[in-house]
Amino acid sequence: MKKTISSPPLEEVTTISPYGRQRRNMLKIFGAGAALITIGSACNKDDDPNPSNGGVNLGSGDVGILNYAYALEQLEAAFYEKVVSSFYTGATDTEKAYLTEIRNHEVGHREFFKAAITAAAPSSIIPSLEVDFSTIDFTSKTSVLATAQAFEDLGVTAYNGAGQLISTSGNGPAYLLLAGKIVSVEARHAALIADLRSNGTFAAAANADADGLDGARTPAEVLAIAKTYIKTVIDASNLPS
Amino acid sequence: MNLDNIINEIEKVDPEVYERFDTRRKVMKQFANIGSKIALAAVPTAIASMFQKAYGQTPEEVNGVLNYALTLEYLEAEFYTNIVGSPGYLTAPAAAQGALTNIRNDENKHVAFLKRVLGTAAVAKPNFDFSGGAGSGTGPFAGYLANYDVQLAMAQTFEDTGVRAYKGQAANVKSNRVALTSALRIHSVEARHAAHIRQMRAARNMLVPAGQLPRPWIVLAQSNIDTGNAGVNAAIQKSYTGEDVTTQAGVNIVNLGGAFNDAANASAGFDEPLTKEAVLDIVSIFIAP
Repeated sequence: MKKTISSPPLEEVTTISPYGRQRRNMLKIFGAGAALITIGSACNKDDDPNPSNGGVNLGSGDVGILNYAYALEQLEAAFYEKVVSSFYTGATDTEKAYLTEIRNHEVGHREFFKAAITAAAPSSIIPSLEVDFSTIDFTSKTSVLATAQAFEDLGVTAYNGAGQLISTSGNGPAYLLLAGKIVSVEARHAALIADLRSNGTFAAAANADADGLDGARTPAEVLAIAKTYIKTVIDASNLPS
Repeated sequence: MNLDNIINEIEKVDPEVYERFDTRRKVMKQFANIGSKIALAAVPTAIASMFQKAYGQTPEEVNGVLNYALTLEYLEAEFYTNIVGSPGYLTAPAAAQGALTNIRNDENKHVAFLKRVLGTAAVAKPNFDFSGGAGSGTGPFAGYLANYDVQLAMAQTFEDTGVRAYKGQAANVKSNRVALTSALRIHSVEARHAAHIRQMRAARNMLVPAGQLPRPWIVLAQSNIDTGNAGVNAAIQKSYTGEDVTTQAGVNIVNLGGAFNDAANASAGFDEPLTKEAVLDIVSIFIAP
């Protein structure tokens, strides 16, 4: 069944905002995308972000991609929060400082997406995901750094693969730039963690690639890997392809 | 409307890019809705506007961005080619030499990749002047081949500039999905290089500003480089200006999620783009006219 849900007028939202002018700027960037996703959601009951089966649907359009990024940042931030809360045995001061800074960046990414999506599409944002870190030994440097590298490389390939799924008009270019601002920091993290495990392996995938390129993965490929660590079932079937 | 004819015409106009970047099938799909509305006789003149509608950008515009990227890759590739084996490089530990060699190889592959993609549209390699003298050969970095630390400072600046340059162009190739993804896949490699070069400089105990080692990421707008020459420092600083942004899409990142997210962390968590004009200004001293 098709029905139209109109998004609230920009000025109306702005006046009730606790963020004042900042929120107005945010809406300028996220506004149109939000309107699109709202209509898309109305057309498809599967877009309900909180279906009764306990899983979450990322939704469709650009906001679906933002939710996808938010899901991955939730995973990374939760991981580093746990790492920093009790460092592995034998962690050096240098390692602790690096892991703490990465935690700070990842929490910033997670909270950024939460604030931005909430402002743009409050009814479409996914909830907090339940993580499952039972396969990770947080007392072991080997286990922690191997997981960290897996997560960072996963993040890099996820953003590299998602860029082309963002719309090319309206707010799409602004979203694309935001993704670009984050993915290079994830790549810096990935390089550092790889070097901590084995110095010189900072760009191993590119070194091995005939064209010197980093990897790129589709959301389906990324979520198939991530699901080991995320208890919440994620439905990405409405994402752009 | 025979779509196949349209594709044939497109290939006459630009035989290089779309065969390499987008499959014929995808081009057909992109044009499917537009093509049916155009009379067959109008096909040749309609092609440019069809590219605009289907891709938002013409092949010439996409080529322009790719040639800009190629120019930066030429610069990096020749720089690393020059320093590998140089007297300064030979003073470095084996692991550092291996890393610089690997980075050189990546940059050479990026050059080859972009040249292959651009085909006959590829620009020629400029003549570089790594002394930073814009062709004079006597610029402030003239002694770089003998000085490992100068090599690392230049490498870090080139890599961080490259990351910002690609980021600044993403939206300008967005219309071609394969071009965009390829650019992103180079972009993250440049970031990995930058992170490692920064680690190599930290290993050299470069405490700039005082008491602070370079991090793998860019903190505030700090270059972490002090050449002892204010003019040169200012030239390097251009690559870092504007990196100290702490508000993204209207969201203030400072203190977001906790007090640990101070301005330094909030800025480091997001890299910032540079415009083409800013990048060309930065690299102009390394290009001989």
